[in-house]
Amino acid sequence: MGNFITMGIIKTEKLVFEYIRRDEEGNVEGITRAVDEVDLDVEPGSFIAILGHNGSGKSTLAKHINAILYPTEGTVWVDGMDTSQEKNLWDVRQSAGMVFQNPDNQIIGQVVEEDVGFGPENMGIPTQQIWERVEESLKAVGMYEFRKHSPNKLSGGQKQRISIAGVIAMHPKCIILDEPTAMLDPNGRKEVVRAVRALNAAEGITVVLITHYMEEIIHADKVFVMDRGKVAMEGTPREIFSQVERLKELRLDVPQVTLLAHELQKSGVNIPNGILTTEELVEALI
Amino acid sequence: MALILDHVDYVYGGDTELAVHALKDVNLVIPDGQFIGLIGHTGSGKSTLVQHLNGLIKPTGGAIYFNGEDIQDADYDKKKLRSKVGLVFQYPEHQLFEIDVFSDVCFGPKNLGLPRKEVELRAYAALKQVGLEDAFFYQSPFDLSGGQKRRVAIAGVLAMKPDVLILDEPTAGLDPKGRDEILDQIANLHKEMGITVILVSHSMEDVARYVERIIVMNRGSVLYDNVPGEVFKHYRELEQVGLAAPQVTYIMQALRKKGLPVNMEVTTIPEARDEILRVIRA
Repeated sequence: MGNFITMGIIKTEKLVFEYIRRDEEGNVEGITRAVDEVDLDVEPGSFIAILGHNGSGKSTLAKHINAILYPTEGTVWVDGMDTSQEKNLWDVRQSAGMVFQNPDNQIIGQVVEEDVGFGPENMGIPTQQIWERVEESLKAVGMYEFRKHSPNKLSGGQKQRISIAGVIAMHPKCIILDEPTAMLDPNGRKEVVRAVRALNAAEGITVVLITHYMEEIIHADKVFVMDRGKVAMEGTPREIFSQVERLKELRLDVPQVTLLAHELQKSGVNIPNGILTTEELVEALI
Repeated sequence: MALILDHVDYVYGGDTELAVHALKDVNLVIPDGQFIGLIGHTGSGKSTLVQHLNGLIKPTGGAIYFNGEDIQDADYDKKKLRSKVGLVFQYPEHQLFEIDVFSDVCFGPKNLGLPRKEVELRAYAALKQVGLEDAFFYQSPFDLSGGQKRRVAIAGVLAMKPDVLILDEPTAGLDPKGRDEILDQIANLHKEMGITVILVSHSMEDVARYVERIIVMNRGSVLYDNVPGEVFKHYRELEQVGLAAPQVTYIMQALRKKGLPVNMEVTTIPEARDEILRVIRA
């Protein structure tokens, strides 16, 4: 048991997840391997991004971290706890909180502060502490002034930040966000990404962000790219986004500024690989 | 002239204290064959607006004309309007329900009361138009991937042979390649069949890349209505109403600040590349 100290906050070892496909009569048609021998090791406090096309297995992988799914083979540890052990279930879910795509499916309270307090209340936290947690969580996502509002009157970005506050009120060590900005307008996307980055930087919460928007992850510490259930690429954003053609093969993209730099390079302009920000491009050109 | 909105107002909860003015004095002319982008933050009135265009919502003030006829007239054929102005909702795959893909696409034209042969021909043509291969036709729509399901849903509207196709965020939740595929397909339909397309989108990059005209909604009113190059010049005002310009606009802005005299009207990557090359080689 002493090896916990050297283990990452999230670790998977040869993680395999298979499900059985059945036809309408219930006969087995075949077995699909959605996650195929994935090894992850996430350092506490880091910001991890997972990319991958629709059906690449990234959401299935994410659901293992929060014990919504259990491995068919291999092991997943969250904060040193094996997620397949039933006795660990509640501790795993408290350590690793999850935020989903559609904010309307995640909010249950009639008032913002009640919604955020729901998690800690279920954990049996004393009332006074619940209110303290609600306050600090809402402040962390910049939604404290809306605490008395009704969630259904808020914008998509605001609702998503309430969902995030609801998760951090449970004091998790990491938070997994599965396409949290897919349904939001540009402002909503910005608000959510800013809130998530602040949680990571100021509170030291480990972040796992799954997204189809390449711009959102240029500040990540590490990027994993999934394809057919396997980790197809891994590296820093700069290492990953330097490989424009490879990413296109994997049905992905690069940030717009990276693509523009790549196009200029192809036209013979001498600029470095893996430009990630407007500032870098301007500097390279002038 | 296909669609004209004349001083359209829409108020809901009008007889209560909570009345919301969802559309305020909207005047628009949408001629045949345009490719239009409709943008606005969540709650700006875009969805309310498009639901007026096929008669799903009645304006509380003003009038809407389709091919010269007032769609609110008591004897106006609403059913025909809905087949001519096709609306693809957000996450349209949630509306698939039939036993196989082909039957699902047949559902609309069948309800128009067309003969069976015509229904099937239309369904076949529509599935081809969205690029779905024959192998999928007799599969359950629920066994398809997200992008494929969405194509089936779009085909269901195309099978009605609309003159105007309205798509409410057709790429939400798709991976980058899936986004490109759907939008390329839509651009193709617009080009080859000459139909009017109205694309509601939260992606400024997509809008910049595909449309010829952008309508910006804010608090129920039309804020801008112009070509992309002109609309995105107002990037500061757009940010104030919860939107943004495409990244390219910000890059061009940053280059100009540093003294590179690039034209601010470019909004797409190929345009930006050519413009930068032109300036640095001059």
